Amino acid sequence: MQAFLDQLWIARWPLWDGLLLTIGSAAASILFGTLLGVIVGIQLAYAPWWLRLPFRIYVDIMRGTPVLVLILAAYYIPAVVGLSLGPTQAGILALALFAGAHIGELMRGSLQAIPPGQAEAGRSIGLTYPQLLAYVLLPQAVRSALPPWINTGVELIKGSSLLSIIGVGELLLKTQEVIGRNFMTIQFYVFAGILYLAINIVLDQLGKAVERRVGQP
Amino acid sequence: MEYSLHFGAVWASFDKLLSGLAIGLGLAVVAVAIGTVLGLLAAFASVAPYRALRGLAATYVALIRNLPLLVLVLLAYFALPQAGITLDKYQSFAGALALYSGAYLTEVFRAGLTSVPKGVIEAARAIGLTRLQTNVSVVAPIMLRNALPSLGNTFIGMFKDSSIAAAIAVPELTFEARKINVDTFRVIETWTVASGLYIAACMVIAALLRGLERRFPKF
Repeated sequence: MQAFLDQLWIARWPLWDGLLLTIGSAAASILFGTLLGVIVGIQLAYAPWWLRLPFRIYVDIMRGTPVLVLILAAYYIPAVVGLSLGPTQAGILALALFAGAHIGELMRGSLQAIPPGQAEAGRSIGLTYPQLLAYVLLPQAVRSALPPWINTGVELIKGSSLLSIIGVGELLLKTQEVIGRNFMTIQFYVFAGILYLAINIVLDQLGKAVERRVGQP
Repeated sequence: MEYSLHFGAVWASFDKLLSGLAIGLGLAVVAVAIGTVLGLLAAFASVAPYRALRGLAATYVALIRNLPLLVLVLLAYFALPQAGITLDKYQSFAGALALYSGAYLTEVFRAGLTSVPKGVIEAARAIGLTRLQTNVSVVAPIMLRNALPSLGNTFIGMFKDSSIAAAIAVPELTFEARKINVDTFRVIETWTVASGLYIAACMVIAALLRGLERRFPKF
């Protein structure tokens, strides 16, 4: 145990950097994914079929393809069309596109669960479509989409571990580098696991607290 | 930059992609089969009248669902040998995925269990079945039918997660695609074909599951 603690002390800064990058890339991808997901959800719920079709195809592709394949594709493809993305940017792009599709589906579900009478009432008092969305539909949909949204956050923290495969120096890659120096394989993988567990438990509790505040009446 | 599509190089290695797909499917089947047993045990434990059993099941689910699969895989492949347990790459991946799917399936089966009407259980007990007999011949069949759609979704999820086996060089679809990508530099083509195969396989599995659901009428 003492040997492990010594090695942990030596490796503290690389692991700290990795932890920050794990949280940062998950946070960035849930931010972009949520923005994208709200747009996708509105289109899937209300747009005419010809406008809905491209969003449907996007969602089906993202949900039918493994995250790792998305990450590898986002890493390798932009270079051949002349864009240069670093591994971190490519990884966040892939995770955000993945999250956007999942959040889009859950926004669609929540929007469609709102009784149609509400939209009709809103229109009858003269609200425009953007006003109707902003004041009547989205606030209710966001509220019921909140618990699965937190689950998406947990999935993104877990998914960010796959960025280690394209060389993003997040927690798991830093852990592997540390193990490469001291060969304490079990100890450091378990330690990384505990850190992932801790982040997700905190996220979960945070979600429950937010849910209690703005949850269903 | 000009980029013209040439699928020829990818088609030339298409058989490798197909064998990768088969390996991924095989890993998912084995993992979900073991995971189903784990999930059933943990689901029944989570509604058992013993506090310790319920705690054990809850800990298993919370622990595994909050850990990245890749961490479990690396633990099974690189760390277990340090503890004297050596598994090959297929065994360690299937083991990790089984443990992982078991946690998700526990939730699926638990939801299925709570969907069995209380009256049915009481009726079974009233005609003299023991608790075990009630669980095996009355509760389990109804629960499994109710859990079938979610079980199918979990299977599709685990099939997609079989791509992570590429990280320990199991020659499944993603690993083969990556190799073709590096060998041919046909980047867009490789990932388009690989994604297409995953999507097609998921659609076929989903269709098969819908057929299966139709065969067993909903309770």
